[in-house]
Amino acid sequence: MLKQMEGSKAVAEAVGLCRPEVICAYPISPQTHIVEALGEMVKSGKLTPCEFINVESEFAAMSVAIGSSAAGARSYTATASQGLLFMVEAVYNASGLGLPIVMPVANRAIGAPINIWNDHSDSLSQRDSGWLQLFAETNQEAVDLHIQAFRLAEELSMPIMVCMDGFILTHAFERVDIPSQEQVDKYLPPFDPRQVLDPAEPVSIGAMVGPEAFMEVKYLAHAKQMQAIDLIPQLANEFKQQFGRDSGGLVRSYFTEGAETIIIAMGSVLGTIKDVVDEMRAEGHNIGVLGIISYRPFPLAEVRAALVNCKRFVVLEKSLAVGMGGIVATDVRMAVTGTGIKGFTAIAGLGGRSIPKSSLHTLFRQAEKEELQPVTFLDLDWDVVNKQLEREKQTRRSGPIAENILHDKGVVSAKFG
Amino acid sequence: MFQIRVHGRGGQGVVTATEMLSVAAFEEGRHAQAFPSFGSERTGAPVVAFCRIDDKEIRLREPIMEPDALIIQDPTLLHQIDVFAGLKQDGYVLLNTNHTFEELGLADILKGRKAERFCTLPANEIGKTHIGRPIPNVPLIAGFAALSGMFKLESVVLAINEKFSGKIAEGNIAAATEAYNLVKEQMKGANHA
Repeated sequence: MLKQMEGSKAVAEAVGLCRPEVICAYPISPQTHIVEALGEMVKSGKLTPCEFINVESEFAAMSVAIGSSAAGARSYTATASQGLLFMVEAVYNASGLGLPIVMPVANRAIGAPINIWNDHSDSLSQRDSGWLQLFAETNQEAVDLHIQAFRLAEELSMPIMVCMDGFILTHAFERVDIPSQEQVDKYLPPFDPRQVLDPAEPVSIGAMVGPEAFMEVKYLAHAKQMQAIDLIPQLANEFKQQFGRDSGGLVRSYFTEGAETIIIAMGSVLGTIKDVVDEMRAEGHNIGVLGIISYRPFPLAEVRAALVNCKRFVVLEKSLAVGMGGIVATDVRMAVTGTGIKGFTAIAGLGGRSIPKSSLHTLFRQAEKEELQPVTFLDLDWDVVNKQLEREKQTRRSGPIAENILHDKGVVSAKFG
Repeated sequence: MFQIRVHGRGGQGVVTATEMLSVAAFEEGRHAQAFPSFGSERTGAPVVAFCRIDDKEIRLREPIMEPDALIIQDPTLLHQIDVFAGLKQDGYVLLNTNHTFEELGLADILKGRKAERFCTLPANEIGKTHIGRPIPNVPLIAGFAALSGMFKLESVVLAINEKFSGKIAEGNIAAATEAYNLVKEQMKGANHA
């Protein structure tokens, strides 16, 4: 049913339709309306049988999800930003134990400096945690990816993060098609765990594993993600047949066929990029877009196939590997190893900085002429950066950087008066 | 694509206003996208929220820099921020005040623009009368429906009923109806002038 609603509320409705049996969450910031709406659904009896567990921290949230998933319950929690970082030890345990927990990450920056806005630093910091990571371009895709994620997670017995841009998607009101209970039931069978704590057939989960077997267990986590490379498109295909929509999959191409320049990105910024590409193609520019939906597993072959005939590409990413450059760009460059295709990295939108069409027009035109540096920081204010660097050169006690920059920019900082 | 920017202060229902605008447009079969300018929300602080309306899917995620319409929920913002920044030459402006643009010293803004697309509305008073509190958002979106002709009053009523229920919904519908009719009256006057 078509509805005009907030992204978080739409995801909550979709999760409700997936019949989770345990939802645990720490309800204080950073958190979204997703678990708030689910809490109301459980309390009102609309979502039953389901237990909503209010926990004392994100670490506890993931720990409860581990316990409930091991006990055979379809388990769900949600987080973002510092909340994700606070649960990290348990995040690794969930994947190491092979527990099919589904968790949206409402992507947000990580401090310091304190910042509540959108970028991809939080989930990308968990790149190697063993969780699958799927990135939604729209709220419709966030809804659909949740339904696919439970199926995929339980088939592999591995946990999945459904990544959606914090605020930009979670707080946006837009048109969303919410499927019926019958449709979701047909697509997503009840949870049939591969391992379960059952008093009738006792097992232990979580053995200590020494050097003799640790690598094999870790390799199997990798093998499962490699299986997911085949399974993700299959499930997206089945979803399309049943729901009539293209959602999910590994990558999504937009005018990449024959394009000389291809822009690669993840998440909601793909929409703005596509609008820019439409405008540029209308003016005769030969440019296309490749959206990466599955960040983990990373679809090396599919990315290579999409890029192999282009002359150059730009990875535009909302993340920064400090001391290195791009995070997503590293994987994309790995995918095109040996092709000689020129690759550029553009770091954009950190800490919620808007990514306007006008800046993208300039960036993409520079890319076409191959005038870009290997790593570009979109719309960086070089004046304030250079002023601070000069200050540090001149003065030993140059003071806190964030406060200095706010002062130089004339922004009201924490100080009053 | 038609782009609306709403300026107000924390507590005035700025974000809710854009959400309801998007619901009203959706009720008329159009695509709409509403989103706030995010920040640390606190009562009284300047707040901006956005609404895009189109006949096809809206993919753009940048903030609205060149609006087709402005709804200004608090006239004291005029001294604090450049609310008119980027307004298109033939844009609409609906301002919550019981003064005229001239009385507020805004005659310059009107120069070279379509005066019939500029309107003021005493939305706080309308809110007080019907809802019991000076909440201007619903009267302003109903007034905007009248000013722009973007959607019908019935669609605003549908949006109200989706957001509120019982007495609050009734009060808001009464406020919306009065605001809609008041703007229509003003427009008649403007057209005859």
